[in-house]
Amino acid sequence: MAEHGPTVLRVCRAHAPAAAAEDAWSETFLSAMRAYPDLDPGANVEAWLVTIARRKCVDQHRGAARRAVPRDVAVSGDRDGTGSVAVAVARDDVPGEPVDEELWSALRALPPKQRDSIVHHHLVGLPYAQVAELLGGSEAAARRAAADGMRRLRETYGRIDRGRDHP
Amino acid sequence: MNATTEPTGSTGSTELRDPVARLTTPEPITLARLHAELVARATDDRLVDVVYDTVDSPVGTLLLAATDVGLVRVAFASEDHEAVLQRLADRIGPRILRAPDRLDEVATQLAEYFGGARTSFALPLDLRLSTGFRREVLEHLPEVAYGRTESYAEVAARAGRPRAVRAVGTACATNPVPLVVPCHRVVRSDGSIGAYAGGAATKRTLLDLEAAA
Repeated sequence: MAEHGPTVLRVCRAHAPAAAAEDAWSETFLSAMRAYPDLDPGANVEAWLVTIARRKCVDQHRGAARRAVPRDVAVSGDRDGTGSVAVAVARDDVPGEPVDEELWSALRALPPKQRDSIVHHHLVGLPYAQVAELLGGSEAAARRAAADGMRRLRETYGRIDRGRDHP
Repeated sequence: MNATTEPTGSTGSTELRDPVARLTTPEPITLARLHAELVARATDDRLVDVVYDTVDSPVGTLLLAATDVGLVRVAFASEDHEAVLQRLADRIGPRILRAPDRLDEVATQLAEYFGGARTSFALPLDLRLSTGFRREVLEHLPEVAYGRTESYAEVAARAGRPRAVRAVGTACATNPVPLVVPCHRVVRSDGSIGAYAGGAATKRTLLDLEAAA
């Protein structure tokens, strides 16, 4: 299962901010380990984990709404409605790489079809044919949605860069 | 900080602007922390079938694996650790996590053994991978003292079946916890060293180590 750790973390970041994404990662694997004995031996473990991860992120959102502020995120805006638009959160309380929350937040703010196409194709690594199967619609539509989403991210990112250089 | 944002073609700038590269930047430190937290929580909740770690030793890298009951497997590098883990998944359960903390005591006692400071192991064992007569043989092997050897026939007698010499050979060959259960102290009646899961050279190294201590 551990080999899927990096993929599941990316999926969580695509659906929940900073600490909530990491909590969702932990909950995903705990939940998977509880259910593992009942899993069909022929099942696609990665796809199964991704499904659990998305559900856990929704749970984290609900939890986050009850909590005041995610524990290691300084809220500077709420563009995506998830309660955080922190910039490259540097965490001194726990070890970890800085997270580009601005870009992740922009990804979360995309229309669901675009976001999910990007997540499944670029972050999980599925071919567009399988992305289409998961999301419904044609392979071409999935490809187009991902491309549209990527264009928006690049635009957002250009703005972010300019904003950083000319405050 | 340089205020120029024009792509200059220098290294890094293209990658910096590629959202996919930014979104798939590896996070080994974060994942290591999350993994450690997961191991702690999962073992608390008894969700783990097998914990394992690898340690360096004078006879090569050793895989150590344990269940809730105790040490269940010690494997030499020649046995192919990935294959060993796969068999553990098939035999015991697929929820296998690397958890060095949980194997600290085993690693410490092994290091003491290799340093000549320990002549017997005091570890809980899980011998579920060995059954029937083979398991009975394993239970008698710690009676063969450190620095001594016994023949397969002598061990057969210890286990109460003096004619089961061949079966003792099989029990030793399939010992899931070599080193800790000292099958390396069992040799052929003619004095030759006999086979060993870790290779005959490893068996010789262990016997020399014990003879010197």
